[in-house]
Amino acid sequence: MTQPPDKLRQLLDAAGVVRCLDEIAAAIDERWKNESRIALVGVYRRGVPFARALAERLIARGREVDFGKIDITQYRDDLQTMTVVPKLEGSDLDFDLEDAVVILCDEVIYTGRTSRAALEELLDFGRPRCVQFAVLVDRAGRELPYQPDYAGLRVDLPSEERVSVRFVDGDGYDEVFVRPWPVK
Amino acid sequence: MSMIPRKDLLDIASLTNEEIEFVLANAVPFKDLFKRSVKKVPTLKGQTVLTLFYEPSTRTRSSFEVAANRLSADVTHFDIESSSVVKGESVLDTVETLESMRVDYIVVRHKQSGIPGFIAKNTRASVINAGDGWHAHPTQALLDAFTLREKFKDLRGARALIVGDIQHSRVARSTSLIFRRLGMHVAYLAPGSIMPRETPPEIPRFGNWDDAFAWKPDVIYLLRVQSERMDEPFFPSASEYHKNYGLTDARVEVLKERGLWLMHPGPVNRGVEITDQGMNYEKSLINQQVENGIAVRMSVLYWLKPGAIES
Repeated sequence: MTQPPDKLRQLLDAAGVVRCLDEIAAAIDERWKNESRIALVGVYRRGVPFARALAERLIARGREVDFGKIDITQYRDDLQTMTVVPKLEGSDLDFDLEDAVVILCDEVIYTGRTSRAALEELLDFGRPRCVQFAVLVDRAGRELPYQPDYAGLRVDLPSEERVSVRFVDGDGYDEVFVRPWPVK
Repeated sequence: MSMIPRKDLLDIASLTNEEIEFVLANAVPFKDLFKRSVKKVPTLKGQTVLTLFYEPSTRTRSSFEVAANRLSADVTHFDIESSSVVKGESVLDTVETLESMRVDYIVVRHKQSGIPGFIAKNTRASVINAGDGWHAHPTQALLDAFTLREKFKDLRGARALIVGDIQHSRVARSTSLIFRRLGMHVAYLAPGSIMPRETPPEIPRFGNWDDAFAWKPDVIYLLRVQSERMDEPFFPSASEYHKNYGLTDARVEVLKERGLWLMHPGPVNRGVEITDQGMNYEKSLINQQVENGIAVRMSVLYWLKPGAIES
């Protein structure tokens, strides 16, 4: 449970994260109340515990849920300019995407570039009937026209700051906080 | 987690263990792609991969081309036969031409050792050695290691017997090196005339199958008998080779009994190093080597970066 030393300030405490997760799950449940199955797909890395947290809540509400994860590295548009090559985690979507209702889950949306890559990759797996985006934090600053359908918290921050999200699942605690970008 | 890219892949010897691990680990998600409806990712969109084969090889070339296609690169083959190479254009002139075409990756095969390294020094493009003389064939070694790792939880301690023309084989050189780097034991079985005179002391050298089987290998790796070598005086005839060093039907029975894995870099000479029965052996990994070759080459292309600074 070590806290990063460069934390500037908290945006959501543990109770706040849980409240956001509950609200988003309730909104998804309401929107798709006539749907028998919903697929939640987390974008690696912290989109995965985010999607899992939503999946647990939807299952608790009696919903049938498919779960998957995607690693968008192969779809990034900045690979040629990166100084290191990221290790691939691999994607895992072992349910039938055809005609599925898919909620793509990522912990933060900012420029929209990850969302672009995630949507493009998802569509290479098959042809879902509908895709929606869920994020825990919607940060202003879009560079591409992608908007979330569900967001727990909306923020506008100076460009030198970045949003960090932690989930009990994987990190040991729930929190959203702000810290500076790492020095390049 | 992440890895500094290299510009070129010329041999196994210059790779660190971490780099080998990185390439092998990333090949797994690339292989997963083959099961999807769209077997293609945009990773190398806008990049050009050129295959420059001074020695013919349909299989290796196709494998690289399929790998590059599945990464969305543009793939071009520089046709040596119809190019000015036959008119005496030097390798350096060819490379300058390619440099002007601004290709990003050059996959080179040449009968002379060291040519891919020479080209690498003279171009900004990433160069991948697809086999040079007796020197190295690093992507073959990587795909062999990847294929075995799918079968062995831990390669450390596993025993591979490499059979054939060890002396003149870049495959033997690169593959035995990567196997040992991954903690495996390697032994050679070859006629005395084509057994290298100097091998590392930890590699046992056998002159017949009985002794080699007594070493208790887990994997039998057959090398291709190069037909052009058959005319050379020190090389046994095809029938003699088959009888003494080939995987005969009787030897396939030993593999069956013991459940040994069988590998071969292809293309095979049926009736020389292997029989039809050997080709149908249920624990043959030969077809998996071909499939894995594409995934491993995708992983190599993903890692290398044109213009990367060599440390």
